[in-house]
Amino acid sequence: MKYVMRLSLSCLFVSLLALVSMPSVVLAADDGAQPLQLAAVSGANTFNRNLKKEKTRNPPPPEDGVHDPENEATFTLQHPKEAFSGLPTTPFGNYVDWVKAIDQGLLKPRWDRLDSSEEPFVMDLDIVRPVKASVPDVVFPHRQHTEWLFCSNCHPAIFIPQKGANQINMSAILLGKKCGVCHGKVSFPITTKSCKKCHSKPKPANWKPPLSEATLRNPWK
Amino acid sequence: MTAQTMQKRVWAVMASGLLLGLLMMAMPQTSKAEYADVVINNYADAAGMRPAVFPHWFHRIRFRCKVCHADLGFKFKAGGNKITMAKIIDGRFCGACHNGEVAWSVENCAMCHSGIPGTPTHFAGSTLQRLVAPAYKPLAPAQAVNQPAKK
Repeated sequence: MKYVMRLSLSCLFVSLLALVSMPSVVLAADDGAQPLQLAAVSGANTFNRNLKKEKTRNPPPPEDGVHDPENEATFTLQHPKEAFSGLPTTPFGNYVDWVKAIDQGLLKPRWDRLDSSEEPFVMDLDIVRPVKASVPDVVFPHRQHTEWLFCSNCHPAIFIPQKGANQINMSAILLGKKCGVCHGKVSFPITTKSCKKCHSKPKPANWKPPLSEATLRNPWK
Repeated sequence: MTAQTMQKRVWAVMASGLLLGLLMMAMPQTSKAEYADVVINNYADAAGMRPAVFPHWFHRIRFRCKVCHADLGFKFKAGGNKITMAKIIDGRFCGACHNGEVAWSVENCAMCHSGIPGTPTHFAGSTLQRLVAPAYKPLAPAQAVNQPAKK
């Protein structure tokens, strides 16, 4: 009995030792030693394979991967974080709510190149666009857009100013057409956190998703 | 094996893990540029200059979109305006403000021309950029033609 206990104890000890020494064997691969092949999970099946999260928000210019740190003037440029301090935040884009910043009077960008007293020509008109899918309908607010832009920026080149004349879909927007000319480039991007900024009008209580053609003509129904 | 050697081994593993972590931190990180920064490299590389980087965020704090995109005629397209220094010193595009009156003048070359040589024209952080990421491969600086002489 004593012998069996001792054997099992030593077995436990050896297996523990093997567990501890395993990583060091793998790490020692550089020295030319054959790495121990572990029954690891395939590299193709890593968790969150396609979810690339930003490591740093609003990095300073020399560290942003676009500005050249070997260029001396790069270090004289303002840091975005410093410029954004005190502005309302959002979870996407520059992480700044630019519209709110203007509404709250925290920013006063010029409407004219030279005259800082000139006020924008703001038009308060909401356009409701019904959406075929089950997501809430789109409300396009002219007010927030005319705070920044002039009519000619969008009309008539991007949007024909006529009801029913503009066919918009999310793929076009994601590919940089229609709303995507700005949204996804400069103004807030399309993420799951920003859907409801546009899709903001709930469907009527009696609304039901339209049945697809394949369902209506289903021969096996 | 005594318990002491085992403890040593544990320490060795922990130390090597720490070293590996430090190494990973020291490696160049591909952190993303500020959203809406535009790299413009239509002609810069070929002219032996670093590409120009336009920070939208910096400008929209000071001006509304309308000033550049309606009054100055900037198209909503990265690299689509075919800006040259000749046009800028004529007072067009950037030159409408960067003339020493509204904003600093063109002799501060490296303030705009501050991009990493070989970076193609693109809109940093844009949705389109992320969607076509596999097709988008920034040129390595060594591949870039006529890169500026390193200091």
